[in-house]
Parts: sequence; structure tokens; C-alpha cells
Amino acid sequence: MTVHNSSLHRFAVFTVLATLGLVGMGGLVTSHGVGMAVPDWPTSYGYNMFALPISTWLTGGIFHEHTHRLWASEVGILTIVLNCWLFGKKSRRVLIALGIVLLLSGIAGINRPNGLQSSLHIGIHGVIVLIATFFWPRCEPASRQLRVLGGWATVVVLLQGLLGGLRVVLDSQLVADVRLGTVFGIVHGCLAQGFLVLLAVISLMTSRWWQFSGRAGSPLPADGAHGVTRSTSLRRWFLFTTLLIFVQLLIAATMRHQHAGLAIADFPLAYGEIWPDMSAEAVASYNLRRVEVTTSNPITAFQIGLQMTHRIVAFLILLAVWLCAWKARTIQSIKTLAFVWLGLIFIQVGLGAWTIWSNKAADVATAHVVVGALSLVTGALGCLISFKRKTVSASASVVDFSETKMADRVSV
Amino acid sequence: MKLNQTLAALAGFAVALQLASAGNLTGKVTLGGNAPAEKEITPLKDDATCGKLLGGAVPKTKFFVVGANKELADVIVIVKGLEGKSTGAAAAPAALDQKACEYIPQILAVQTGQKISVKNSDPVMHNVHTVPTAAGNKEENKGQGPGAPDLTFSIPAAENFLKFKCDVHPWMFAWVTAVDHPYFAVTGKDGAFTIKDVPPGKYKVVALHRKGAPTGVEKEIEVKADGATADFVIEVK
Repeated sequence: MTVHNSSLHRFAVFTVLATLGLVGMGGLVTSHGVGMAVPDWPTSYGYNMFALPISTWLTGGIFHEHTHRLWASEVGILTIVLNCWLFGKKSRRVLIALGIVLLLSGIAGINRPNGLQSSLHIGIHGVIVLIATFFWPRCEPASRQLRVLGGWATVVVLLQGLLGGLRVVLDSQLVADVRLGTVFGIVHGCLAQGFLVLLAVISLMTSRWWQFSGRAGSPLPADGAHGVTRSTSLRRWFLFTTLLIFVQLLIAATMRHQHAGLAIADFPLAYGEIWPDMSAEAVASYNLRRVEVTTSNPITAFQIGLQMTHRIVAFLILLAVWLCAWKARTIQSIKTLAFVWLGLIFIQVGLGAWTIWSNKAADVATAHVVVGALSLVTGALGCLISFKRKTVSASASVVDFSETKMADRVSV
Repeated sequence: MKLNQTLAALAGFAVALQLASAGNLTGKVTLGGNAPAEKEITPLKDDATCGKLLGGAVPKTKFFVVGANKELADVIVIVKGLEGKSTGAAAAPAALDQKACEYIPQILAVQTGQKISVKNSDPVMHNVHTVPTAAGNKEENKGQGPGAPDLTFSIPAAENFLKFKCDVHPWMFAWVTAVDHPYFAVTGKDGAFTIKDVPPGKYKVVALHRKGAPTGVEKEIEVKADGATADFVIEVK
């Protein structure tokens, strides 16, 4: 019997929302160009990250960068808690070990120079973890699939933290004339959205809707022969379009981390043309005429080409999502999601244009990042649902729905 | 001992002779064409702390500082062919200030090895982040709180427009050019410049403007005992 844990599902959704907020905060850091406003890591201006004086924290770009760090720490903790919850009562032993290690590390660090504050933080966290193990988690472990996903989420969130730190610490190092800060920034930005997708998948798979789909009375019905036939091609389109959005994300992250402002300052034309002149003379002339306030790097022909590619891929995504929505219009289980997806893409195109018309205003550019992340998540969930439909359609089993209702109980 | 004294006297005589025959290079730089309109630095105005430091008017970008008759300020004029004669180590430190959340001056020229003293006159935290591109110059990023002692930087290798920026306030930039000898000048608001005591000879002179002529406009000149003049026009097309 499948046991649905609604508290776990709600917590997973909360973690997704916190991560979406974190993506937005990271977007603000890049949009404002303040990734190096706190030049050290894991400390902040020499302080323990959690003990930076508020007066310093609230200063200019430090606010965005430091808030991003703190928020990321919280998302890290939420992810570890989610992972433990997925492993259920089995994870208690690991948690006890973790609590003891943290407590001992805190005690061991007290005598280090300037180590009192950090040691107190670590030690207190150890005590909290140990106390928590007395009453949590009590539930049975989730399915193997979910535990594997939870494990990956923990690995990715730790890797993300490390990448964010290396982006600061190794910012000025060059490899093949490319700044490592730029490379780590791009990877950090893309992995963040991959992590968001991973958490969204966990949320979907912990939902009652997902766990009882395909059973009698479930909200994921078979759609008949016509629907199944159509959904075979729909699955492919969902997958293709989601991959296209991921490619778009790579292009966008590369554009944003050049820190050169807008490579093309007009839209829908580009320097007054359908395709801009990208010769060396033309680029020199564009640079001479640009008046940027918060960016200083000159633009290059590569960056202009990148923005033109971004525009073309955006158009292709719009067409592809439109097609997905059209194909999904009669498939009950996925049509709402497909039309929400289409709506998001329309908003995203509008935000892209507004980003240019506003000369890349930080809040508009960041909204463009957040809606882009939501579009990727929606596509990924659509893929998952459409592929699940295949399994469901093939082996729809009849289960008394009263059983599922009984199983739908709160368990922590 | 006697030989050393003789050699020193000869060297001194040679320097004195060179100075006696050296001339000043003077000139003026003007702008050709029309500069793009400068923009208000709205993030400065909107910043909770920095906005309060403004006297009223919102400062604008200073890409082209142009006089009434198109005189162009902030152009760096450098005599070429005298490399390797830096006296930067013995020169007085150059000063860069952070005031009302802007760098003052925003265009500066120094000799290689010359100390650059960076002051924080604001009641707010800044970070001084240098971003060099020439080999031999090291990137640095140092926080400087209100009232903190001046930070000292030095640029070992020649480089045009080395960026000094503040990541806390991302509109703050200064551009420092390091020259491997003392024969350079920065134009004032009247577009004029004077490079003193240039040894006599034929040279190429380059005028660099960060936006209008980042790779420079060159002229050939001959410096005699009575000096030389060179005027430049930086074209904006």
C-alpha cells in the first residue's frame, strides 16, 4: 500500500519556492553586477557569514550578495531536511552522527583565534540536530526513486554552494584567457535551475496526485486511443522543447556573465537592422556610442551574435510550446499545464523585450531569469507527466479508491 | 674612489646637459563630431546611503568631458619610444579618492611602480577592485570601510585604462593608465596638456581617450630645446 505523506509534500513544495526565491536573489546579484561585493568566502569581510554586522550587510551590493549567501544556506538546510525526511526513520542514525560531529567540531574550534562565534554556531546547530532526532523523522522511507532524487538534491546543493564560493575566490584566475569567475558563474547559474527542476520533480512525485495516478478514480485518466496516439508525439515535443529551453538557459547565462550590459540595445530590430553589422568597425562604433552606467566591459561581435541567437531560439521555443499546447488541448491530464506553459512563454517573451527597452533594468532582467526558470520547470514536469501517462496507459490497474483515501494520512 | 666620483660627476653633467636641451611638449585635444549624451547615474541616487551624500543634482556619467569649444578633458597623451625610464618608485604617490560614492578623478595616469593611494572619504563601505589585463599586473580586491586607512596600490607593468571598480556600488569606476616613463600628461578641462622636459629627438605621440580613442590617435613630432607642440582631434563618428 502506498502511504501518502502530505506534510512531506508540502515541505517539498516549500523548498521549491525557497529555491525559486534563491534563483531570483542570485539573478539580482548578477543583474546588479555585485557578485564580488563581498570579496571573501566562506567568510564575509572576515566575519563568520552569519555574524556580519547589519550595517555592513545593508550597504549597496553587499545586501544582494550577502543575502544570497544566507538564503543559499537556508536552502541547503531545507534540502538536507527534505532528504532526511525522504529516508524516513532510517535517517535518524545518520542525523545523530551528524549532530555529534557538529557538536564536537564546535567544541574543538572554541580555542582557535577568532573562532568563538563560528564554533558557537556549529555547536548550536549540532545540539538542534540531536534534539530533533528524538521526535523526527518517524515516517517510513519514501520510494527508492524519491530517495535517490533526494540524495542527488543534497549533492547538488552542496556542489552549488561550493561553486558559488569558487566563483568569488577564483574570480580573477585565468584559464585559456577566460576568467574562472565567469565560468563558475555560468555553471552556478545553470546548475541552480537544474537543482530547481530536481526539487520540483521531488515535489511532484511526493504529491497525492502523482502517487495515485492511474488508479481507479485518480485524476490522471487514460485518454483513449486517440489521446494515447497523440501523446506519443506530445512526449517527444515536450522533451524537445524542454531541452531547447535548457539550451536557451545556457545562452542566457553566458550573456549575463559577460558583464557587458546589453550587446544590442534595441528590439525588435538590432542596431536598426534585421541582422546587425558585426564587423570590427561597426562594433567599435557601437562601443563608442554606448553610455553604460553600471557596466564597463566593451561589447564584442561574439556577444552580439549570442544575443541574436537568443532571440531566434526564443522564437523557436514560442512556436514549440504553442505546438505542445495545441497537441495537448484534448488530453485532460496535461492540457492545463501545457497552457500554463504557453502563458509563461508569452510572459517571458514580453519580459525579454522589456529587459532591452529598460536598458537591462536589474529588476526586469531578474524577473526574466525567474520566469525562465519557471518555464524550464514547467517543461520538465510536463515531460515527466507525459512519460508517466505512457506507463499508466499501458498498465492501468484497478484499485479501490477507498484504499488510497485511507492511505492519505499525515505522517512525519 | 676617485674614479667613482669622476663617473658620478660625468653622469650628473650628462643629465644636466640633457635637461638643458630638453623641451616641453604642449598641445590641445579637441573633440570631432558629437559625443553621445551622458546619462544620470540613477543607481547612485537610489542607493539608500550614497543617495544621501549627494548635494542635490544627480551626477552623470563622464565619458566625454567637453568644453564650450569642444576642448576634450581626460585624454592621456604619451610620448612613445622612451620606455624603460620609469622613475615611479621615487615619485610622490598619486591620489584616488572615493567621495559621494564616485571615484575622483575617474581618469588618472601614473608611472609604473608609482604608489597609488586610495582614500575613502565616504561614511560607507567600499571595495577597491582592480581588474588589469596586462601580464605582470595583479588583480586585487580589498574592502575599505568608513574611516579606514588609505589603501596603497602599484602597477608594475605598463597598461592603458586599468579598471578600478567598486562592486558594492557598481557604478563606481576609475581608469588608471600606467606608463613606463614620466613623459605623459592628462588633458584638463581646457583640453590642454604639457609634458615637461622631453629629451630632444623625434617621437611618436599618442593621445588616448577611454571611449573615443581607446587604442589612441598618433602623431609624429620633433622635440627641440625650445619644445614642440602637438594638437589632436578625437573623432566621434
